[in-house]
Amino acid sequence: MWRNPGELDYRKPAHAGERTLSHLVLSVPAIILSFVLALPIAVLANRLRRLRSFLIGAAGLIYAIPSLPMFIVLPLIVGTTIRDRLNVIIAMTLYGVALMVRSAADAFTAVDLSTKLAATATGYSPIHRFFAVDLPLAGPALLAGLRVVAVSTVSLVTVSALLGVPNLGMLFTDGIARGITAEILAGIVLTVTLALLIDGALVLAGRLLMRWERAA
Amino acid sequence: MNYLMEALQWIADPANRYGDTGILARMGEHVLYTVLVLGIAALIGIPIGYAIGHFHRGRGIVVASTGAARALPTLGILTLIGVVVGIGLVAPLAALVVLATPSVLAGAYSGVENVDRTTVDAARAQGMSQWQVLTRVEIPLGLPLLISGLRSACLQVVATATLAAYVGGGGLGRFLFPAINTYNYTLMLAASILVMILAVVLDACFAFGERLVRWGVRSS
Repeated sequence: MWRNPGELDYRKPAHAGERTLSHLVLSVPAIILSFVLALPIAVLANRLRRLRSFLIGAAGLIYAIPSLPMFIVLPLIVGTTIRDRLNVIIAMTLYGVALMVRSAADAFTAVDLSTKLAATATGYSPIHRFFAVDLPLAGPALLAGLRVVAVSTVSLVTVSALLGVPNLGMLFTDGIARGITAEILAGIVLTVTLALLIDGALVLAGRLLMRWERAA
Repeated sequence: MNYLMEALQWIADPANRYGDTGILARMGEHVLYTVLVLGIAALIGIPIGYAIGHFHRGRGIVVASTGAARALPTLGILTLIGVVVGIGLVAPLAALVVLATPSVLAGAYSGVENVDRTTVDAARAQGMSQWQVLTRVEIPLGLPLLISGLRSACLQVVATATLAAYVGGGGLGRFLFPAINTYNYTLMLAASILVMILAVVLDACFAFGERLVRWGVRSS
């Protein structure tokens, strides 16, 4: 699609495959990082009550920062240039963590207390109990939170195209610059499809990891 | 950090504050868009949400629309409508309404849906009509969740209204886009800071309103 031979300037449309790949490179690490970083923060937030309201409030505040300004301000803090992919990944990770901490904290809180106490009474060490009891039981709720993070990350990444970071959003900026409706439509379809594919992959991974869910 | 100081100086400079293209005017436009979009989204989302929540039918609409809204890239919708209807206000407003409505709808729906069944049954047992149950029991008790739905919609709209300038609208984005094109980091940063301040202030207003309503519901 829209192959422009010889023109590889970042402003020019490369073919959609390349944009999709760049889009994946920006979103997938952010989604994984959000999940991995949010878990310990959520556990900590649940341990210390006072910390919980502070952490969840801070998460809400991060979410109040609009994405385009975030992409612009981050380089000043991180020390990268504005068109660096790292900015986008860090920004998306921050948003992801902000969303995920809240749902992970709720997910861990929802695990039945008597089950946890029973595990401790049976002789599980705290760490063993976390991985063998708390984490699996919070699994379905964690997955639901992660799916929200994944889908909104894929859709939000497109904004970084305004700064010249290559991804599917460039089909929008190029489409409007040249007045090509089909290109914009294709960009929307590709972004939504990518989001749904990642969402589907997460659901599948959840089924494989949490086989007990289907039996129940 | 040099840019940051310059950006703060730019914001503090009275020369940039007034006039049709000044900070105050652009901020006013930004707030106007936000209020307008939230108003339209409320007109669409609240009645549908209440109907779905009250009759316990069509839950799929809420789930599907909130899911689709998350996946739809707003920049894409904005540019698409921009190309179709041309440069102006219609594209950004329409795109923002598409973005905001599902949150409002979900807030209205879950507010009414989550009202304790026994409370609703008690209201019915006292002889309240369907309409009375909705307006006197379900809507007041569902108000906190409706407001939190409006709050998250507001947050998304303030953030995304920055993009309105990309298709010829006004708002704080008007400072941002020329700055991006000319690599004027000071101005980029100044505009970004202004948007963030506006977002945080509006969010704080909603947080306050939410608290007020929760307090009101509890004490009545």
